[in-house]
Formats: sequence, C-alpha cells, structure tokens
Amino acid sequence: MKADLFEAPDYYLLDDLLSEEHKLVRDAARAWVKRDISPIIEEYAQKAEFPTQIIKGLAEIGAFGPYIPEEYGGAGLDQISYGLIMQEIERGDSGVRSTASVQSSLVMYPIFAYGTEEQRQKYLPKLASGEWMGCFGLTEPNHGSNPGGMETKFQDKGDHFLLNGAKLWISNSPFADVAVVWAKNEEGRIHGLIVERGMEGFTTPETHNKWSLRASATGELIFDNVKVPKENLLPGKNGLGAPLGCLDSARYGIAWGAIGAAMDCYDTALRYALEREQFGKPIAGFQLQQKKLAEMITEITKAQLLAFRLGQLKNEGRASTAQISMAKRNNVDMAIKIAREARQMLGGMGITGDYSIMRHMMNLESVITYEGTHDIHLLITGADITGIPAFK
Amino acid sequence: MHNKFRRIALSLWSFNQSFYPMKILVCISNVPDTTSKINFTDGDTQFDKNGVQYVINPNDEFGLTRAMWFKEKQGATVHVVSVGEADAEPTLRKALAIGADEAIRVNAHPSDGFFVARQLAEVVQKGEYSLVIAGRESIDYNGGMVPGMLAHLLGMNFVNTCISLEIDGNNATAEREIDGGKETLSTSLPLVIGGQKGLVEESDLRIPNMRGIMMARKKALHLVEPVEAPQRTQDQKFEKPAPKGAVKLVDANNLDQLIDLLHNEAKVI
Ligand SMILES: Cc1cc2nc3c(=O)[nH]c(=O)nc-3n(C[C@H](O)[C@H](O)[C@H](O)COP(=O)(O)OP(=O)(O)OC[C@H]3O[C@@H](n4cnc5c(N)ncnc54)[C@H](O)[C@@H]3O)c2cc1C
Repeated sequence: MKADLFEAPDYYLLDDLLSEEHKLVRDAARAWVKRDISPIIEEYAQKAEFPTQIIKGLAEIGAFGPYIPEEYGGAGLDQISYGLIMQEIERGDSGVRSTASVQSSLVMYPIFAYGTEEQRQKYLPKLASGEWMGCFGLTEPNHGSNPGGMETKFQDKGDHFLLNGAKLWISNSPFADVAVVWAKNEEGRIHGLIVERGMEGFTTPETHNKWSLRASATGELIFDNVKVPKENLLPGKNGLGAPLGCLDSARYGIAWGAIGAAMDCYDTALRYALEREQFGKPIAGFQLQQKKLAEMITEITKAQLLAFRLGQLKNEGRASTAQISMAKRNNVDMAIKIAREARQMLGGMGITGDYSIMRHMMNLESVITYEGTHDIHLLITGADITGIPAFK
Repeated sequence: MHNKFRRIALSLWSFNQSFYPMKILVCISNVPDTTSKINFTDGDTQFDKNGVQYVINPNDEFGLTRAMWFKEKQGATVHVVSVGEADAEPTLRKALAIGADEAIRVNAHPSDGFFVARQLAEVVQKGEYSLVIAGRESIDYNGGMVPGMLAHLLGMNFVNTCISLEIDGNNATAEREIDGGKETLSTSLPLVIGGQKGLVEESDLRIPNMRGIMMARKKALHLVEPVEAPQRTQDQKFEKPAPKGAVKLVDANNLDQLIDLLHNEAKVI
C-alpha cells in the first residue's frame, strides 16, 4: 500500500462552521487513521480479517459512544463530533467504521436510551473503553428490509426468558462479548434483549467469502433455547420503533462516514491525475478527467453541507427519520459513484491494493445495502412526502 | 558530625526536588500546515490565511513531547505559551489535550523575532520557569532568532539545535547537531533550549486522545496583554520561489549530450 498522503478537500471552507473542539476531535481521528489504519488496512482486507489490535485506539479517539454522557464512560460530545469521527474512520475503511458504528449507535445507544440504570452502569463503561465489544441482531435469513416480520422469539419462563431463533449478516458477531438482540414476545411484540457470550445455546458462526467489508467480521447469531436473565431485557422501549431508533443514529453516522470514503477516492484520483502523464501531459489536463474531478468535488461539497445541517438538527433533537434517510441514501450513493469513477481514473493501477479506491468501492456495496437499502430509503422519503407508504 | 549534616542537607535537597517539581515552559508557534497552499495579498506583504490549516510548529511539538516525558517520568509541570492572536488558541488547546497543564496566550500579532522574544521573556520571569523549550526555528518564516534572544534577555544558559536533553536536579546534559556529527554538552538550569527532531522521534509524537481532549476543556488558558516592545524589522515583500522548470530527460547512453547540456545550457560545469 502506498504512503497515505491524504489531504481533506474543503471547497466551501466548511471548517469555518466547525467549533474549535470539533476540529480538535476530527484532526485527532484523522491523524490516528493515518498512523494506525492506513498502513495495515489493505493487508487485513486482503486476508479478510478484523484487525483486533485497533480496538484500543478506536476507544482512545472516542469512536465508541462519543455522545454518551461522561458518567457512563462516553465523551459527552455533540452529534457533529460523532459524525466527524465516523467520517475520518471511514476515510480509512468502511469496515472499521462499521465496527465503530455498531458499537456506538446499535449497542451503546439502545442500552443508554432504553436500558435500566443497572444495565447502563454494567455495560456502557466497558463498551466505551473497548474492553467489551458488542453487536446488534435485527436482520434474519427471511427478514431483511422487512424486520417487522422477524421470527426470533422469547418466552417468559418465570425466572428467565427462553430465546430461540437466528440472525444473519451481523457485524462484529464473531468476536462480540454482548449482543443486543431484537425478538418477539409471546404477544408478537418486539423487545430488545442483551445476550452475553457464554450463555448456553448461543453461538456466532462467521460468514466467509465476502467481497466487501473484508476487514470487518460478519456472522450469524444462533439462539438454541438460550436462557436470558430477566434483568437483560431493555425495558425503555418496545415495538419496531425501538430498533429503528438505533438505526436512525447509525444511519446518521453513515451519512458522514460515506463522505470520508468519497474524500479519500477523490483525493487519490486528483493526486494521481496530476502526476500521471499520457500523450505528453498530465491526464488531469484532459477535459474528460476534469469533468469527473469537478463533479466529484461538487457532490462531496453538497454531501458535506447535507451532513452538517443534519448534525445541527440532530443536536437540537429535531432530525426526523426521513431526513436521516435522505442523507444516508444521498451520501452513500454519492460515495459509491465517486469510487467507481475514481477507480477508472487510475487505470490499471486502480485495480491493485496499492491504492485504496477499489477497497472503498467494494466496501460501499455493503454500506448502500445495510441500515436500509438504497431502495428502502427512497421509499421512506416517498412515504414521508406523499403520506402513502409504498413498501407493501 | 560533619557527615551527618551533609546527609541531612542531601535529603533536604532531594526533598526539595520532589516538593518543587521542575517548571517547564514550552514555547509554541502557530504555523500553517506543511501541505498548505502559500499565497500573499496586499501587494505581497501579507500572508493569505484563507483556507489555511494551522498546526503546532513541528520543532515545538518535538519539544512539547519531550516535556511530557519530563512530566510523566520526573513530575515536572508543563505550561505552554504562544504569542499570537485569537486564532492561535486551537493550537494551544491541542497542546493542553496532549497533556500540558496550563496555557498562556500573549495577545499580540507576533510581528518579529525580537518582539516575540521580549514577550516570552516576560512570561518566563513571571512564571519562574527553570527550563524553557522552544523550537530551533518555526517553519513559517524560519527566523530562528527567538530562542537565542530569549536566553540573552533572561540571562539563561542556551543550547540550540538540541537533539537530546536529560535533566538531573539542576544539571542538564544536552546533545546538539553539528555539521557531520554530534556535540554533547553539560550545563545547568535555568536553561533555554532551541529544540528539534531528535529530542524525541516522529513516532513518539502524540495524537490527543478523547480523555485528553475532555480534560483540556477544563484546563486554564490564560490571556495576557503584551508588554511594550519595539518591532525592529518590517516585512517589505514576500516572493515565492520560481516554479520548477521543465525537466529534460537524457538517455543513459548519451553522456556526451548530458555534459553538453550541463556545460552550455545550464552552465554549471
Ligand atoms: C456486511 C453486512 C453487514 C451487516 N450488518 C448488520 C448488522 O450488524 N445487524 C443487522 O441486523 N443487519 C446487518 N446487515 C443486514 C442488512 O441490514 C440487510 O442486508 C439489509 O437490510 C437488506 O436486507 P436483505 O439482505 O435481506 O435484502 P432484502 O430485504 O431481501 O432486499 C433485496 C432487494 O429487494 C429490495 N426490496 C426489498 N423490499 C422492497 C420493497 N418493499 N420495495 C422495493 N424494493 C424492495 C431491496 O432494496 C434489495 O434491493 C448487514 C449486511 C451486510 C451486507
């Protein structure tokens, strides 16, 4: 892998809108990615392994629950800081960002928002420090875009719950210490349960042969008559809205993260185009390549503005699910298109692992699929503006 | 009797050492990131700050990192100072996030080397620092004058281009880079250092972690007004180096052509 020469584009001087602390947090994450992610990530993606040695660093830069209050081990930062951290991590790799998103938005957030004080005290500090890693089980083999149809269920057995079912495509599952699992009770109502590694009947086989997010571990969660203590139920919220609330938080982070991947592709392509000569001049001097670069920086700038405004709304508690869907959909689509164009600009060199672009391109295929597919987010916007849901 | 007295004196001395930890002041200049695009405005007299990212001057960052080592291993207190306007504060805040205990900003445009040295001298005197670590030069204007002037104004010992520093009580051992080699010096506190890479290595530099950033929120950043001091030089004009000329490639087999070009065209041989 080539040396990481990344310089972040800021065409509209958006840095002026950020606070001193936002920039401090962002620059620390950026420097950490340069030092600890860029030199190793290609190797881990090639061998399809999650680099566990980075967990401590992720915790140190505040990637685990930055907006969780300090009393639970979080950093008490605002939502824009969270977004900036996700942007910088995904600039390195979407798989690493996925690990951080899951830990923050899908594990720490539900425990913080829906959990009891005892649950918060028990889990959040260890999750913030990376001592424990978590995963989030919603998707099932037969229910992806339609999680409300889930089959995983639990029965009340007096002094415990009995959990049965299976989850598929679960990020971090192979090494997670705790899983936030969504399952239906006997009345068919969805609840969140905290399942811990080591509980009898609970296994997490890894999913192999992914062509995407290869540096992130994905697997199944299998529950075969797992006895879950009653105090592990998240009492604060139930129904489909509970897991969807977590997804709002994660999708918000992805809207920022995708900008990071796009910035890395653009920056790489720009540098390459200025250095690579064909027909006696740098390829950046040809109109076709300039069109690509000019469109890339335009789209990145628009995505940055979208994310920043969404961050302000989120800070004020006013960001709607539909607004978050729009940003996730737009920004991931923008990133994947930029990755494809940037890849072509590098010609044959774009095919090798010497450059990050093709890895980003493949990673973004998962990012455009998980946390609501590209289609589903469009349907969410459609339902929001017409009042007519078109899912079924 | 005599011996016993010496033992008491010695233990009092070491008691003193642990009771009054070394006070270090790290002088930090706020400079454009090395990747910044450099432009000038107002008829090439002013640096164009638009879109420029500022960082801790690299030579000062080596010094700060060494100071952190003295803090952690020898219980020193570390303060940082910058002579600069409000836009220098993020850089000081970063130094606090890295681990400095307090920061001071002298509220003035750092107009020239003497002006800055005079302001720093005031801060050192008021704060009673025994070790002042500055950078050999700042990478913006590369004046390289401040640490020497500062040592002179304070009457302190001075080691420039310092690449290694050990402190034991009041004694200091420093290494300097000299042409083609190294020089090892012994000196004593109070001391001013003009530091550079070697004080610590690049891999030792610290990225502020979240805990540091959170703690930095609560640390003091004192604002002090400048003392009267003359500005002894004025910038008249800045010029950028001429753009790189076209490259001529000569085939490895055509040595005669190369010699001809070097002799007749470049006129260097
Ligand atoms: C690498 C990776 C990691 C993941 N991590 C997690 C995780 O940690 N936790 C978790 O719970 N899940 C996770 N997922 C699962 C992910 O959220 C689902 O894959 C996603 O929601 C889509 O579900 P599906 O794969 O079953 O596709 P389906 O829902 O079967 O969709 C297939 C296609 O049909 C389209 N479609 C579906 N319904 C409609 C409709 N009504 N109208 C029009 N088109 C429709 C979709 O847009 C898509 O193009 C992960 C997935 C991947 C690939």
